[in-house]
Formats: sequence, C-alpha cells, structure tokens
Amino acid sequence: MAEYSPPTSEQEFQANFAQLKPRMNRTEAMLESSRCLFCFDAPCIQACPSGIDIPQFIRQINTGNVTGAARTIYEANYFGNACGKVCPTEVLCEGACVYNLQDVKPIEIGRLQSFATRAQMDSGEALFGPGAPTGRRVAVVGAGPAGISCACELRALGHEVDVFEAKAQPSGLTVYGVAPYKITNEETLAEMAYLQGQFGYSVYYHAPIASRADVEKLEASYDAVFLGIGLGSTSTLGLPGEDSAGCVGAVEFIEQLRQQHHAIAVGRRVVVLGGGNTAMDAASESARMGAEHVTLAYRRSKADMGAYDFEYDLAKGVGVEGLFNVAPVEITGNGKVEGVRFVRTATTGGQVQPVPGSEFVVPCDMVIKATGQSKQTTFLGLIDGLQLDAKGRIILDSRTGQTTNPRYFAAGDAGNGGAEVVNATAEAKVAARGIHEYLMSQDLSS
Amino acid sequence: MPDLSINFAGIKSPNPFWLASAPPTNSGYQVMKAFDAGWGGAVWKTLGVPVVNVSSRYGGVNYRDKRLIGFNNIELISDRPLSDNLREIEEVKKRFPQHAVIASLMVQSRQEWHDIVRASQDAGADGLELNFGCPHGMCERGMGSAVGQEPNVLRTIVEWVMEVATVPVIVKLTPNISDITEPALAARQGGANAISLINTIQSIVGVDLDQFSPYPIVDGQGTNGGYCGPAVKPIALNMVKNCAQHPGVQLPISGIGGIENWRDAVEHILLGASSVQVCTAAMHFGFGIIREMTSGLEQYMREKGFQTIQDMVGRALPNVKHWEELNLHYKVTASINEQKCIGCQLCYTACEDGAHQAIRLNEGTRVPEIIDENCVGCNLCSLVCPVEECITMERRDDGSRHETWQQRTVAGNIPTEFEDERAGGRHHWVPEPAAALGKEKHKTLPGKARQFEPVPTSPPVVRE
Repeated sequence: MAEYSPPTSEQEFQANFAQLKPRMNRTEAMLESSRCLFCFDAPCIQACPSGIDIPQFIRQINTGNVTGAARTIYEANYFGNACGKVCPTEVLCEGACVYNLQDVKPIEIGRLQSFATRAQMDSGEALFGPGAPTGRRVAVVGAGPAGISCACELRALGHEVDVFEAKAQPSGLTVYGVAPYKITNEETLAEMAYLQGQFGYSVYYHAPIASRADVEKLEASYDAVFLGIGLGSTSTLGLPGEDSAGCVGAVEFIEQLRQQHHAIAVGRRVVVLGGGNTAMDAASESARMGAEHVTLAYRRSKADMGAYDFEYDLAKGVGVEGLFNVAPVEITGNGKVEGVRFVRTATTGGQVQPVPGSEFVVPCDMVIKATGQSKQTTFLGLIDGLQLDAKGRIILDSRTGQTTNPRYFAAGDAGNGGAEVVNATAEAKVAARGIHEYLMSQDLSS
Repeated sequence: MPDLSINFAGIKSPNPFWLASAPPTNSGYQVMKAFDAGWGGAVWKTLGVPVVNVSSRYGGVNYRDKRLIGFNNIELISDRPLSDNLREIEEVKKRFPQHAVIASLMVQSRQEWHDIVRASQDAGADGLELNFGCPHGMCERGMGSAVGQEPNVLRTIVEWVMEVATVPVIVKLTPNISDITEPALAARQGGANAISLINTIQSIVGVDLDQFSPYPIVDGQGTNGGYCGPAVKPIALNMVKNCAQHPGVQLPISGIGGIENWRDAVEHILLGASSVQVCTAAMHFGFGIIREMTSGLEQYMREKGFQTIQDMVGRALPNVKHWEELNLHYKVTASINEQKCIGCQLCYTACEDGAHQAIRLNEGTRVPEIIDENCVGCNLCSLVCPVEECITMERRDDGSRHETWQQRTVAGNIPTEFEDERAGGRHHWVPEPAAALGKEKHKTLPGKARQFEPVPTSPPVVRE
C-alpha cells in the first residue's frame, strides 16, 4: 500500500510535496542564528560555490538587520532564495559546518538564507540597480540560473542585456527541473521578478535560438553573446520498446510535473532507471504522486551511485525500492509499457558486464529514464570557432567564461556538464565579469 | 543527608533560599505559594507610605536568543495599604511558622520608623530588612539608596530602628557607591544584626532605536532604573566578598544578585553569604526553580561532605587575595586537544586580534597551533573555544617558586623606570606593526564575492 494517494487537487498536491526546507519564522531564525559560532575563515564559505559570506549574513539576521543579510547573500549569488532551498546544503555549506565534527546538528544555513531573501523579496525594495550605461549590448541565450545571473551582473556593470528563452518562464531547471518539495513555482518566479525589476534586462520568451540565421542575427545586433543553454533532452538508451507509451525521460517527466502538478498521472508501478540525483528525484516524485510501487534500478552497486546519500535516503523514505547491479535490456509490452527486462550485472575492473542467463522482468506500467541528458552539440556547432571537449562541453576560460570564439562566453551546465544551480549562478557571475572586461577593451567605434 | 536549614542572625528557615523584597513578595498569596513550592523565606515587598507606580515598569537585556540576562525595573515600594500587608504577613506566619518572613521597611522620620517596626513585629515578622538600596524613585525623596550612600544617615536610622526592634535587623545595601564596606561598617556601628546585598544597580538597560527613548518606555519617555538578573552576579559576588573580608564588619550576610540556580547560590555562600535572596529568576521562571536549587545544593553538599550550610560559608575567602599577593612565578599556557578541536579557529582570531599572537594556522589543517613561547597564559582562547575541555591551560612552572609583587616590592625588584629591564613584557615577542597590513584579508573579507570589487553606483567624487 502506497504511503501517498494520487493528488486530485492543488491542495493535495502541495500536501504530498510539502517543502523539505519550509520557511522559517522570526523566532526560529533568531534561535538558529544564535547558534552560529562565527568561525574564522569559515568552512561554510569555502564550501559554497558562490562564496556567500555566511557567518556575516547569519550575524546580520541575529541583530535584526535582515535587509543587510539579504544584501550579503545577493551580492554573492543572485539566486539567493532558490539556492537556500534547492542547494544540496548537506554536502556544501551545512556539510562543512564545524558543528558536524562535534556531532551537533549543523546550522540550517539554507533555511536562514531563504528567511532573509524571502523577507527582502516580500518587501519589494530594491537592493541593486543598473550601472551607468556603457553603450554595449549583450545577448544572453537561456533564462536559467546562468543566463539570469549573467544578465543581472551585466546590468549592474551598465551593459544592455536581452535574454532569449525558448520556454515560457525564467529560471530554467529551478522551475522546470527541481523536485517540487524543494521549491515552489511561486517563490521561484517571485525571485525572478524581483531580479528583473531591479536590473531591468529584457527577456524574450518562446524565443529559441536554434538556427544559423538566429545566431547570425545575434552576432549582428550584440557586442557579445552569453550561452546559458544548459543541457538537452534525456539521452536515448537504444532499447527495444523504448518508444512505448509510458516510457518517458526524467527531465521531461519532471518538467510536466512542475508545470501541471496533480493534472498529470504516474503509473501504478513505476521503474526509474538511473543512479543520479535526477533518478532519486523522479523516484521520490512518482511515489508522492501515488504510485503503488516504485523501483529504482541502477546498473552498478548502491555505493557507486552518483546521487548524494541524503537524496537516496529521501527516496527510500517515501517507499522507493532500490534494485542494484541490473541493466535494462528491453522495455516489454505491445506499444504500451508492461515491464522492463533486466539482466544482472557484475562489475569487474570498473567495467559493467552482463551476467549471461540472469534475465528477469520487472512488471510495470511506467518507465522513467534518468540516465543523463544529451549535450546541445548540434546547436553549438552553428557557432564559428566554438570548441567542445570530448564530452560535448563548451571549452572555456574558467577565469572569464570566454569560449574559443572570443565574442562568446558561457557558464552553467553547458560548460560544466551538469551541476547545481549554485554552480551555474556563480560561474555566470564570473563570466559577466569576463564579458565586461572584454567589452571595455573593445573599441566601440569599429 | 545534608541539613539545608539555617539560622541567619537569629532568623531560622528550612533552607537558605529566600525571595528578595520585590514584586514576587507583593502579597500573601505569592508568599504562600512560594513557601508551598519549597522556598525557605521571603522578604516582603517594602512597606512604607504606599506609592503610586507608572505603567511599563521593567526592561530587559537579551543576549542573542537568550532572554533577560539582565533586567531592570522602575517600580517603587509597595503600593498597597500597610494594614493589608500586615494582615497577610500574620496569615502567612500562622500557616508557615517554620518559614522566615522578613518585613522590608522604608520610611522617613524617626517616629515613622518606630511605628512601622512595631507594627511589623506585631504582625509576626521574624526579622526586618531596612531598604537603603532602592536606586530610583525613592532616593530622590531622600530614602532608599540616598540613605545607603550616606553612612552617617544610615547609622542614625539603624540606631532609631534598634531603639524599638525586638527581632533581628538586616540592613540592605546599595551597590551604587564606590566602597560597599563604608555603609556596611555604618550598619554595624548602628547596631544592625546583619546586612544584605546587593540591591539593584542604577542603569539604563537599552534605548529604543525608533522612539529614541530608554527602556522601559512610559509614554515615549523613560528613566534610569535598577539593574539585576544574571548579569549582575559578578558585581554582587565582589561586594559580598568585600564585606565578608572586612575585619570591622563581622555581620552575617544575605547574598543577593544574579542568583538563578544552585551554583550561583553556592558561589555567594563560598564568598561569605549565609542566606541568599532571589528575585529576577523567580520573576522569569516562577517559583518552581526552587526544586532545582535545593536539589543541586543538597547534591553539592553531599559530594563535598558539607553537613550544614555554615560549613561552607566563606570557604573561598582565604583564596581571594589582593593582586599583589598572587604568585608571579605561576605559569600556564594553552594546550589544544586536536581530537576535540572542530576547527572553528575562534581561538586563533581571538589571540591574533585580542591577545598576544600566540596561535598560528598551518597549511592542510584547521586545527590551530599554540606558539608556546608567545603564550602568556591569559585564558582567552580557552574562554572563546566552543568545545568543552578542548583548550586547557596547562601548568608549566614546577611549583617550586613563589614570589609576589608585594615581596618583589619589599626586595626592591620591581620596574621603576619607563625603560626598566624588569618590565614584564620586556622580552615578549611582538610582530612588526606593518606585518598586520593585508594579513589574511582574503579570509576576513566576504566570501568568493571578495574577488570582485564592488560595483560603483555613482562616479567617484574627485576632491580638488
């Protein structure tokens, strides 16, 4: 018997997907901020990819300077609220908190961070504004964490920015890909509106940049182009029956879930393929959507999974069952998923080998493939001189974000191959500085 | 089983814990409830000519999430008619004959003192406490701390009281004076049987940043009040010690100031108090705290082998010396337990910025290292360390030498000139001043955001 019933209303959906890091009230923030030791050269700062001065903002919360706290956070990270909620804080700032070494609960840094940023967003008061106009124009491709962060920083430096987004909403995976129990659509979009209101960049939605003509248009109209395009759709596995009804990619499944909530349905028996954090999310989400049985199948051992331990624990906590050392060989069923045929695997010398004669079928009516996203190599091939590495990632200078085509800069998943929101926002800030340096060294009259 | 009962200057009570004269002893209802809960005695809210109070009377000092580490009040003495208070004192005494009920008194003329002393005694009070301590409202009318600050006046009033007193008389002293032993001596000379201290300290506990008014706020304004609560204990302990050590005072002392648990009480007792009085803690947590206090005190006495309270009174006094009597050869230095260290590096930054630059950081570890030759044994690192028993102060001298400033003075071996070779810090290592510039700036400035200069919001102003 499943723990969750399929949600039939928004209220039931929200109950099934209750926030893992709910908003703190003032008393809780006061108590929690009081525990911070104010370490010298604090390990939490070092663990934060965006380098937020965490002890400083916690101290500001503690002394009633919540606006100052929000400023400290946003100065380092434009996705301050989103990161407070969606960051894997367990392995970043909170994982580095010295209290862990004392077997004391670490400071709830993520929730304190969101406490300050939510208060600031609610106040509606601007912390920043655009810089003095430089006359330079930058096109930002993709309104995800990288694109929006880059846009904010560029505007602060006085450049004009137009953002081109293929989808209907900003923030990328924060609104289309993160599990709903990590952040709500409302607060994600509220932060995007708060940022845009302060910095005044333009965003064009339903405006994919996909063709050589699109690329040439950008090059003709802008002094530099920033690529915050992330990754593409779920890679295909090449399995027989993969195109059956009921076999979906995790990224596509989660996007639907985030946008349509209880209006979508999952199968009664779901098999999730993969061992990364997206697989954990998809499995948890299936269970919370009322699937009676969710199996998480991974071709290597539990210890080999790329997912964080706490993510697997979350999935286990909602009844997901792990099935390890198995590889899918076929999606069974006649045009409609009826099961997954697996073969058991053995890993020798790092190589996964099928064990002959060990095949078996796990019956199911839905398969979610969380086996990685493709790179957008076709699109990237349209840009002159833009080089990719062997894994299809954009080659760039980590100090400036500049690609091998000097007018193009990049950050986020398209460059790092797929990481956290916080990595994208931090890298994009660096890239914006790189763009600024590049633009200001160019002679405008030419 | 240790005996917690006391006989304080002739006033008996089942334990040394009394409620101080204050709001918790405003009525017979409260005092009976307290006795019912386990308190040994109560000093009644000060009797006199009833007053009129303002609304909004208390202010608090919070530390981070901790409420009321300090507390002040601008309330005056009892605002209830004397006969009501006396009737209730009588009722309490009837119900609790073994408990101590002490009447706190504050009036002006000799006749008033005679009248109120007699009336209190007739009501059955086991003792009297003369309130010469209140630092607000009453002192401006020539009472309370105005008396405590004038030893001659204090002595005269004590003499008036002693003319008619038939029960023990305690004089309550104000700390708002430079030498607490002067009024204590005057109390002794006037014939008092005991002293109690400290009353509250004149204070402003805080200022409202929006209303520009001190707390507590009365219609947009405020006044100085009397400070008490945990924060005042150190001041109280020192004054109790001063009175206990003074050869001329020689009176039983009721210790008051910052007592919230059994440990605080034991500290007062070890420095010479033979009863203790509590107010703020009861106002904060209610009378129920008495259970922890008696249980802790009893356990401590059992562990230490004390049979009676009197066995412990003043036990720390022989070890409280003047500075010049301390051993200059005693030497401790800090030691960090690497297994316990959690790497917060608070000790490092405290020593680096606030002490003697005797802790260094090493590559590849967050555990700091003590530089033994620079460590002066000040304790700062061990005080800021958040981990129990992680930084300990270890004795380094062999204990064979004992020499005090006093002895060195007698021997003519003290620094007397500005450039004296005998100066204590003469050969201590200190870094070059300029070595401070830019040191660890990358660690003390904001996170990775620090790699960027702040975005200029307006063109820089050029001065001619």
